[in-house]
Amino acid sequence: MKWVDAMLIAGVAVLAVFWEASFDGVRLLAGTQVHLLPPLMVYAALRRGFGAVVLLALAGGLLKDSLSANPFGASVLPLLAAGIAICWRREVIFQSQVFAQAVLGAAVGVAVPCMKILLLLTMRESPLLGWGTIWQLVVDGAAGAFLAPAFFCLFEWIEDTFMYQPSGPGSFRPDREIRRGR
Amino acid sequence: MGLVVLTTLVILNLPGHAAARLKLTIGSVFLPLFGLADASSGIAERAADSVTPRGTLAGESNRLRRENEQLRLQAIQLEEMARENQRLRDLVGWQHKAPWKLKLASVVLRDPENWWRTVEIDLGSRDGIRPNMPVLSTDGLVGRVVAVKLTRSQVVLVGDPNCRVSALVQNEGRDTGVIGASGPLDGKLVEMSYLSRHADLKPGQRVLTSGLGGIFPRGIPIGTIVDSQLVEYGLYVMARVRLSANLSALEEVWVLLP
Repeated sequence: MKWVDAMLIAGVAVLAVFWEASFDGVRLLAGTQVHLLPPLMVYAALRRGFGAVVLLALAGGLLKDSLSANPFGASVLPLLAAGIAICWRREVIFQSQVFAQAVLGAAVGVAVPCMKILLLLTMRESPLLGWGTIWQLVVDGAAGAFLAPAFFCLFEWIEDTFMYQPSGPGSFRPDREIRRGR
Repeated sequence: MGLVVLTTLVILNLPGHAAARLKLTIGSVFLPLFGLADASSGIAERAADSVTPRGTLAGESNRLRRENEQLRLQAIQLEEMARENQRLRDLVGWQHKAPWKLKLASVVLRDPENWWRTVEIDLGSRDGIRPNMPVLSTDGLVGRVVAVKLTRSQVVLVGDPNCRVSALVQNEGRDTGVIGASGPLDGKLVEMSYLSRHADLKPGQRVLTSGLGGIFPRGIPIGTIVDSQLVEYGLYVMARVRLSANLSALEEVWVLLP
């Protein structure tokens, strides 16, 4: 993984966690906050590989727990598990298909909070759970399905705009080369 | 991968103070973003102020002047009642009640997870904030301070499983119970449990802090009774309480200093 990629993933993770903690628009509309790290993990696992998965799970998870009442480190393992599961089978996934990205985003959007809740319960914490939790998971799944392709578009745009682009084949054609004789 | 899992397990099993210190260190990454958000909201407020019509400002000023006069009259009345209360306390030989010392704070962050009800305020240990200080809004009880950093503090709100409040119902029997958790979606309704099975509860009765437990002083409004039912095979009554303070739209809160 190049250092630029690492900086980019970590920077987006910081902004995503800050957005989750400071903007209440979705919370007021849907009654629940959507999470940006799971769909970001889909992008990192499919396009950037194992290094990015580990970086995002560690940085994103610890940053999120620093602003939350979660036990410190509780968000790391669920993100890591989801990222590794995708990374492990990424050769057989149609990475460029929006449908595949959306399905993975929805699945990870639901799986990560579920794993986190299980982890909290095994740590004898008592999170607020009830029938409303199902609605929260539905919103998380829908947000994941929408945001995973959105992250692909965002990173592709960033790459097209700011990264070094290899030059094309040029206008030289060997069949039109003028060979000079004596 | 094994190393990452091991590191995470070590972090998860750190002692409380070490985890809190690490949390504080990692959380400082957000300091520039806090500054940026503050500056941009300041600019937006100034821009909004500059385009507010003079007529609106004059109307608002008149309304505030009238409200101020009413409040001053109420304050005079309450001052007289306080003096009378003091004299009666002296006569009966009860202890004097010290007035509340309050400090205004702004809510800067909400817990990003849906299963906790906590917020962060912009006062910290350098402002004299300590753990377990009660936090109020003008409508009623908000919660208590649970963790203190240098410039910010984490407040656990009423309705979070980690914020239990001893409360009493303002009725003939002064029934007491414990305010517990709310549902995951509706933060306005909380459960009040361990009420006596003979409690005379009616919808609309006010619920206040009882002063038991040593964290919240007596008499802070919490909310009103919505309904009640016998639970645990009729062992005790559980009531649902609608909170007075709107916890989903908190912007400014008051920290009650000792």
